[in-house]
Amino acid sequence: MEIKETAVAGTLESSDIQIMVSEGTNGIAIDLQSDVEKQFGDQIRSVITETLNKLGVTDAKVKAVDKGALDCVVKARTIAAAQRATDTTDQPAWEVL
Amino acid sequence: MAENEERLRRTMMFVPGNNPAMVKDAGIYGADSIMFDLEDAVSMAEKDAARDLVYEALQTQDYADAELVVRVNGQDTTYYDNDVKAMVKAGIDVIRLPKAETADMVTKLDADVAAAEKEFGRKAGSTHIMAAIESAKGVLNAPAIAAASDRMIGVALSAEDYTTDMKTHRYPDGAELEFARNMVLHAARAAGIAAFDTVFTNMDDTEGFYRETRYIHQLGFDGKSLVNPRQIPMVNEVYEPTEKEILNAKNVINAIEEARIKGSGVISMNGQMVDRPVVLRAQRVMRLAKASNLVDEEGNYLEK
Repeated sequence: MEIKETAVAGTLESSDIQIMVSEGTNGIAIDLQSDVEKQFGDQIRSVITETLNKLGVTDAKVKAVDKGALDCVVKARTIAAAQRATDTTDQPAWEVL
Repeated sequence: MAENEERLRRTMMFVPGNNPAMVKDAGIYGADSIMFDLEDAVSMAEKDAARDLVYEALQTQDYADAELVVRVNGQDTTYYDNDVKAMVKAGIDVIRLPKAETADMVTKLDADVAAAEKEFGRKAGSTHIMAAIESAKGVLNAPAIAAASDRMIGVALSAEDYTTDMKTHRYPDGAELEFARNMVLHAARAAGIAAFDTVFTNMDDTEGFYRETRYIHQLGFDGKSLVNPRQIPMVNEVYEPTEKEILNAKNVINAIEEARIKGSGVISMNGQMVDRPVVLRAQRVMRLAKASNLVDEEGNYLEK
């Protein structure tokens, strides 16, 4: 799946993560901002990368601002942002959910 | 209509579907049912994100014994189909249909749920449904709506839309809801399913909340829809049986056990025959008493 436009999902409220996905050329490049970067940064990045790969997205720039999101929230926001960026929100990615 | 006889449904707590903090913590307040909302609590622009969030939360979060309900968007919206499919795939207990006006709407939901169960390999009939009645038409059709599907576990009255439809608004005494409450309740009882009363939104009016909850408890509602977890202990308190009720129920249960041991088909207590309604009421009292931690495992009353 190719990223056609820049899209955002999630908010900056507590327990959420805001994820912006835009066109990229060199794999999944994640710029993560998080108060728990030290403890959970790798985990958050790996959830984002894995989710995007399952969606068939191999090249994308991701900007993520984490406010203490659980893995299930990171995954949900990544799916929402990627589906918005690929203009496929009306066809949920059943195999990835 | 499985499980309907056994389950307590005193409190159904609304949780906005796009709020991770609230979705994550929804299990800690002890609500009998948790209702994740994809409809009115979610703006148009976030419908997709809310659906994704509730889906993923359902896969990983532990909501203990609570019955999990999702209010999907209405059948007149473009979100409805994907909401139903996603929630069936997620393994939700109950799908709540908003703005139910006819039995046909319930029949359609039943068919859509059945198709989704098949598509995603879920057990046929494992997803229950319920309907929210929010208009004059819905109230008049409530008996047909309540009986429209074997998946139905309950009907709920939604007073905000209903009072608007009736060209009135909500008053403290609730007189404007009298007919609708009784219709919804009778429809539920006739169909053998649960009846949920509407939300009470003024969090500052504690006295009014207790008054309304006592009133719907007296009418016979199973419970109430709630917008704030602070209301859960208040509803449970109203539904809590008294010591006298518990002791009486315990005597009835003992009499049943005695009759069983004797192999007698007739249950008697203090020389009088105990008939079915008394047994059912005693069982419900004991369930409520257990849920309120007022009895031990054997059903003996615990002093507070």
